[in-house]
Amino acid sequence: MRPLIELRQVCKHYRRGGQSVPVLHALDLEIQAGDFLALMGPSGSGKTTLLNLIGGLDRASSGSVIVDGQALEPLSSGQLANWRARNVGFVFQFYNLLPVLSAARNVELPLLLTGLNSAQRARHVAAALAVVGLADRARHRPTELSGGQAQRVAIARALVADPTLLVCDEPTGDLDRKTADEVLTLLQELNREHGKTIIMVTHDPKAAEFATHRLHLDKGQLVGVEHQGP
Amino acid sequence: MKYLPLLWAALWRRKPRTIFTGLSIAVSFLLFGLLNAFNQALNSGVELSGSDRLITTGKYSLTQLLPYGHYQQILNIEGVSRATHASWFGGVYQTERNFFPQFVTDVQTYLALYPELVLPAEQREALRLNRSGAVVARTLADRFGWSVGDRVPIRATIWPQKDNGNAWEFDLVGIFDTRNPRERGQYEMMLLPYTYFDEARRFGRGMVGWFVSEIESGADAVAVGRAVDEQFANSPFPTRSQTEKAFNQAFLKQLGDIGFIISSIMGAVLFTLLLLTGNTMMQSVRERIPELAVLKTLGFAGHQLLALVLAESVTLCLLSAAIGIGLTGLLIPLLVPHLPGGFAGMTLGPQAWLQGLGIASGLALLVGVPPALRAQRLDIVQALGGH
Amino acid sequence: MLAQILAITLINLRAIPARLGSSLVIVVGIGGVVGVLIALLAMAEGFKTTLASTGRADRAMVMRAGSNDELASVLNIEVWNIVRDLPGIRRDAQDRPIAIAERYILSDVRKRGAESGANVVVRGTTPDVFRVRPEARIVAGRMFERGKREVVVGRGALDQYADMQIGQRVDIRDGAWLIVGVFESGGDVHESELWVDVTALHQALRAPLYAAVTVQLADDRPATFRAFEQHIADDPRLNVSVQRVPDYYASRSVALEKFITVLGYSVAGIMAVGAVFGALNTMYAAVSTRSLEIATLRAIGFRATPVVISVLAEAVLLAFIGASLGSAMAYVIFNGYTVSTLNFQTFSQVAFAFRVTPQLLVEGVGLACLIGLLGGLFPALRAARLPVAEALRSA
Repeated sequence: MRPLIELRQVCKHYRRGGQSVPVLHALDLEIQAGDFLALMGPSGSGKTTLLNLIGGLDRASSGSVIVDGQALEPLSSGQLANWRARNVGFVFQFYNLLPVLSAARNVELPLLLTGLNSAQRARHVAAALAVVGLADRARHRPTELSGGQAQRVAIARALVADPTLLVCDEPTGDLDRKTADEVLTLLQELNREHGKTIIMVTHDPKAAEFATHRLHLDKGQLVGVEHQGP
Repeated sequence: MKYLPLLWAALWRRKPRTIFTGLSIAVSFLLFGLLNAFNQALNSGVELSGSDRLITTGKYSLTQLLPYGHYQQILNIEGVSRATHASWFGGVYQTERNFFPQFVTDVQTYLALYPELVLPAEQREALRLNRSGAVVARTLADRFGWSVGDRVPIRATIWPQKDNGNAWEFDLVGIFDTRNPRERGQYEMMLLPYTYFDEARRFGRGMVGWFVSEIESGADAVAVGRAVDEQFANSPFPTRSQTEKAFNQAFLKQLGDIGFIISSIMGAVLFTLLLLTGNTMMQSVRERIPELAVLKTLGFAGHQLLALVLAESVTLCLLSAAIGIGLTGLLIPLLVPHLPGGFAGMTLGPQAWLQGLGIASGLALLVGVPPALRAQRLDIVQALGGH
Repeated sequence: MLAQILAITLINLRAIPARLGSSLVIVVGIGGVVGVLIALLAMAEGFKTTLASTGRADRAMVMRAGSNDELASVLNIEVWNIVRDLPGIRRDAQDRPIAIAERYILSDVRKRGAESGANVVVRGTTPDVFRVRPEARIVAGRMFERGKREVVVGRGALDQYADMQIGQRVDIRDGAWLIVGVFESGGDVHESELWVDVTALHQALRAPLYAAVTVQLADDRPATFRAFEQHIADDPRLNVSVQRVPDYYASRSVALEKFITVLGYSVAGIMAVGAVFGALNTMYAAVSTRSLEIATLRAIGFRATPVVISVLAEAVLLAFIGASLGSAMAYVIFNGYTVSTLNFQTFSQVAFAFRVTPQLLVEGVGLACLIGLLGGLFPALRAARLPVAEALRSA
């Protein structure tokens, strides 16, 4: 079966003060649909960069990133934005909810980019909030939510447009152990019961245990792959 | 429309800032509205004046006196259907501060030439019977508490009576109003009876200030005016005739370039506003860079963010400007009764709204485009890395 | 305490360059208000000064009783003959009374750049008018000659009206008269006038009438003037009134001066309200970006009052800079800027120069400081009430 995500000879370097700083070196990677992958590694190892490339937030310096048969390199930034809207859901360490909008309005944001009418959007938002167990918090502002609740709203936002892929950058980095476990359990459920492919950057080994696969990066190179059978 | 909550929320992100900026814009457009209405009032005389009326004054100055004898000759000129004459009385009621114009004229023919002035039928009749009767504008009668039947004392500054006295008294037989209340400022005046005045004055008998003639419909006002002036060109009292519109326009010009003063003030105000609003929009976008980056991550395209920020700027500017201009509209009816009669024509026309909102849109684009471009070009990775 | 205030204020001020954009909002906003205020008041001031500087306290003007201005006054030759022989008028070396009878009419003359005429004063006077107005003198060309249809134009008239060069002709009455000279009169109202010979004017008007008699009194003591006034009142042949020349002209500036002043204060007042909102905005932003800094200072042990004062000081300083900028602009652009307008009290054109006086500058700076204080006060109080622990944690 063809992998959902294929990286071929992907290099990434940034220019800093006239100098080229390499981050990823000729990386090859395949991720199958339905995987829950934890990307691990020390700071500066390139895990967030890798995540950004897969999520279509950033472009590789060379090599190709193909997601669900779509090569990302040829896409213009506008096309890339469209592609993200349809295919990827993002979860950030600091939730990145818009503080001025209610939870429901935050979750609704990706749906604004679809052709759905407001009744349909409201149904989807309600469903997504129900999945993360926050149906009763729809009208709350982010500041009125606990960290765990805020992150679950963020996950609902990532889910609501039904993307193939969830991309999570340290989703539990700002949460205490217990809340973190709840969020990770939620991700695990989404992976197992809804078949979402999830890629999660984390430096927390406990968090990584929730994943089906663990990938270790160091200095821009893959140094190990662990598989944990479901 | 579905972006409205997003737009609204962004606008209210920092309530005090939005409110203060909005208030500044509103206050500026309040000033714009007032100055505009003031200019309107000054120009209303020109707008309202009929182009079918001809004013004939002395050739060298409208303060020259002309012989009453010109009157009959003007009536005989082809194209003139009716005419009247008038003189500046220049009297004072109680104190110089109570200034209002008094014209000595043949009141009946004067009113016939100005159908925009209405006098109740029974007062019209009384005027016909009493050749020494005066009439006054409703606004003045209200201001000084006069009613029909009163004897109004006016102290002359130009025309003494035969005994050298300056104390004139006139019977008030009528109070007229304008058909259109907007024109009240234009006709805030008192009309005094010529025959009575001419017999009682010490000097200048048989002389009047100027003539007003009505041009037959279809006749060319300018040509008729030329005919009038040719008639008197070789007399000791040559004349100059202009349409009432041209006459009023020329008079207004005497005040100087008021339009220039008003645009200079507005220029200073708008420049300040540009800076203020521009700073607000820049700040607002700068603060929201991470949020805008999130939107971009979620798949919002650059042009959508551009539109979002521009819409924010347009909403803020247009809404505040509309509030300011609207306030002017509410304020003017409250102000006008406390201002001199010349301000009665202060109004806020659709042209003022159009111009004001046009300026506000220009402002919105000027201050909105730079931060909107910044939002459009936002680099997600860098913006999110800000944490 | 003072040391604390100074320390915090200096810290604040050092941060201004980093917040240049929003600091500029206060500076430019207040600069605009002050500039407009000063420009409009300078116009009123210039107008008032031009009229009030006309004539001297030892000069008196006789007009028909009841007439408020020269245009309304008519005197015949008998009045002139009686008045000039009244006691109290100074006499020259030949023992002639220093007095002059003049005719005052208006003529339509185009202002520069205008298409229609304006009411320009034509003063029928005599070639020896300088006996009564020694401040006036011919600066170009020559004086008109007695009985000739010649004109000398005031310097203001030369500037403001079209076609006023020596050798050109200007409509007076009964045709156009030749311009032969230019006079200056210390920037007073006469400089807006055209002077012609009164006998020539009488001939053109076919009426030997005067508007006013101006006389030189023996001195400028009030008693001298009152004595002269009494002589006039006591003479049964006279139906005239007398006033000192400066009093007359001052009374003719009241209405327009008041109008421009009210306009100036109204416009500047409305603009000031807008500027207060702008200042509030800037100072709230300044306090909020510095909340960590303020909290740190408070944690170290600085008291609330110096924090309040430092914020106010910053606002007022910015306001002061704005006021200086606005004043300087108003001064550079408008001081001496000459316009001509219709004085509706005399129905005639007066040319005058805007005058930016020190008192106006003080007024402008005062208004600016008030705006600064109002705009800084609430943000300053917010800074003082900042919950220290919270502000520190949120950083």
